[in-house]
Amino acid sequence: MRVVVGQGSCGVATGARKTAAELEKQIAAKGLDIPVSVTGCVGTCYLEPIVDVYDDNDELTRYVKVQPDKVERIVEEHLAGGKPVVEDAISEEDKQFVLKQQRVVLRNCGVINPEDIEDYIAVDGYKAIEKVLKEMKPEDVIEEIKVSGLRGRGGAGFPTWFKWNAAKASPGKEKYIVCNADEGDPGAFMDRSVLEGDPHSLLEGMIIGGYAMGAIEGIIYCRAEYPLAIKRLEIAMAQAREKGFLGKNIFGSGWDFDIRIKAGAGAFVCGEETALIASLEGERGMPRLKPPFPAAKGYWQKPTNINNVETFANVPWIIYNGGAAFAQFGTEKSAGTKVFALAGKIKKGGLVEVPMGMTIREVIFGIGGGIKNDKEFKAVQMGGPSGGCVPASLVDTPVTYEDITKTGAIVGSGGMIVMDEDTCMVDMARYFLNFTRDESCGKCNYCRIGTKRMLEILERITRGEGKDGDIELLEELANKIKDGSMCGLGQTAPNPVLTTIRYFRNEYEDHIYNKKCTAKSCKALITYNITDACKGCTLCARNCPVDAISGNVKEVHVIDHDKCIKCGKCMDHCKFGAIVKE
Amino acid sequence: MSDKACNCDCAKERAAQFADLAPTLEQYAKVPGSLITILQKAQEIYGYLSVDAINYISEVTGIKPAKIYGVATFYAQFRLQPIGKYLIMLCKGTACHVNGADMIEESICEHLNIQDGETTEDGIFTLNNVACLGCCSLAPVMMVKSADGDETYGNLTKDSVKKVLDEIRERA
Repeated sequence: MRVVVGQGSCGVATGARKTAAELEKQIAAKGLDIPVSVTGCVGTCYLEPIVDVYDDNDELTRYVKVQPDKVERIVEEHLAGGKPVVEDAISEEDKQFVLKQQRVVLRNCGVINPEDIEDYIAVDGYKAIEKVLKEMKPEDVIEEIKVSGLRGRGGAGFPTWFKWNAAKASPGKEKYIVCNADEGDPGAFMDRSVLEGDPHSLLEGMIIGGYAMGAIEGIIYCRAEYPLAIKRLEIAMAQAREKGFLGKNIFGSGWDFDIRIKAGAGAFVCGEETALIASLEGERGMPRLKPPFPAAKGYWQKPTNINNVETFANVPWIIYNGGAAFAQFGTEKSAGTKVFALAGKIKKGGLVEVPMGMTIREVIFGIGGGIKNDKEFKAVQMGGPSGGCVPASLVDTPVTYEDITKTGAIVGSGGMIVMDEDTCMVDMARYFLNFTRDESCGKCNYCRIGTKRMLEILERITRGEGKDGDIELLEELANKIKDGSMCGLGQTAPNPVLTTIRYFRNEYEDHIYNKKCTAKSCKALITYNITDACKGCTLCARNCPVDAISGNVKEVHVIDHDKCIKCGKCMDHCKFGAIVKE
Repeated sequence: MSDKACNCDCAKERAAQFADLAPTLEQYAKVPGSLITILQKAQEIYGYLSVDAINYISEVTGIKPAKIYGVATFYAQFRLQPIGKYLIMLCKGTACHVNGADMIEESICEHLNIQDGETTEDGIFTLNNVACLGCCSLAPVMMVKSADGDETYGNLTKDSVKKVLDEIRERA
């Protein structure tokens, strides 16, 4: 028998370390000889902390939401007594969250111990690179990736084989392969999960890519905000070196290759290849004109290939199972599976890996369980600050690169932020513009000044000071910024505004002409009122920070709108639901 | 700048002041492209990048202070002001925004009487809004960094965040 505790960042945030410590304590107290080990994120973030108990036949019982107070019973009845605690185990419905998925990238996440290379080897780890070095020429590897139809999972969706081939074809002996692990899209966390839960699959993917293009070194550019990911990568690299999978003469092939980590310092624009390279060289991460492409002149002017974490994590599986097996999943142009990060106003948030071509409805309602508190589904934001909002009316759109692009959004890195009736779409546009304005490197005028001007207009609209012509001005600026910016950041920054205008123009108009926020979210456009349901308990008046509420005990109270700062405290404190937001 | 060395002991004094940084500088000063790594290490040791630290790094690496300043202000990670004992990194990612991160920020600001980027008078807390911590399913989220390690708190509410801060303050 053995016990495994999920300790990805989200597990840890819900208290998984305390749960693991309590388990160890209780197991020791009972004098049992049962090991407690670590695994990464299984993807069902809404059920953390998760404890897996494997009995002697390797039969799994999964316990969910295990806070330390539940540990005693599990140890006593299951670990010591051999009888699973049914009440605390995962429900049949929640089991479907994982069963409905098709896991390639996340195949080992939440299953193996990411800090032990033997666990990875036991699930056929490093067999793909062994096969590559013993049986395949670099061009065979590239051909296999071509057959698989794998496209870059970081955002642009560029065919992976093409990039590898271009770097391979570039003249010169000194070449580099870089992993972009600077997951910068707010709302996407699949790369973190792979780094924390299955670092060896990334390493193996990079080694295979390095061999295919003839690289001398691999560099992982990882976010500094992911300390646990960096720690686990370091452990994984040390173990791989010890085994001879990294370093000199790998698998006796005579080929030398090693990988190092470079911690990023926080700049969204570094998702752009040339900016990332500038940052690797210790400079400000500012993009430059292409061509020359990194495949010809990249890191220190040498041929360089950059892929993201999810792309690399697919590679060992493709080589081991064959490109055709991967291409079986998905559609003709969007082959394979893709990981999506489901978050926002969703019942079951977490990581979902599905074959491309599944509809948005199946992902959000079929797997994610629908909208939190059964509110009305309004839109899903896809592709982060470069993407857009897909409205509820298009919920049957298949998730492929082509179909999502047609809606004005992009698949991007796979963030899916679900929004309900309480989310104001003008405010969402303002939120993203604020982000891109902040993250613009400042090189192109249109991006630097244009995003600022767009943000000012959006702020004005959400403050209730919108004017006739604002929507048209936003559209004009958006198109000019798209045309006048050099890199992907500026070219896509207006997308959140354009898609919200396209699908939710009425909300913009409501803000501007009727001074009304349909979602009741923009403070300047809402008022709080007290209805007849008020019992006169005085709780609201006592909690109002600006003394805007008056009234006698046991009588209906009144809010003075001139004094009210719309903090909503009265509504939070009212026990009778007598305060309404209008 | 060594060619303009003066006759006093100031160079030695500076070296003594930044002795903790010496191993890093020894390893990276002459390796091209290492500026960000050096700055990260300096910030890890001293908590922020002081003018003195920037000048000293410039002296040892030969990189102009203006350029170091340029890099330090380009990236979100670097700070030019000292911070409190506990650094609150409040996530302002999309999922957190949709789930009310602004409300949490108001609650923190009101409770600690500071704004984004500021430090409390007693030097215990600094508040920093960050882009995304990658714990989107637990939104709204914050991470509190200190010498004791990083602790992440999820599913925050206006009240629970105050409770967390009070507990930390008691420990401090």
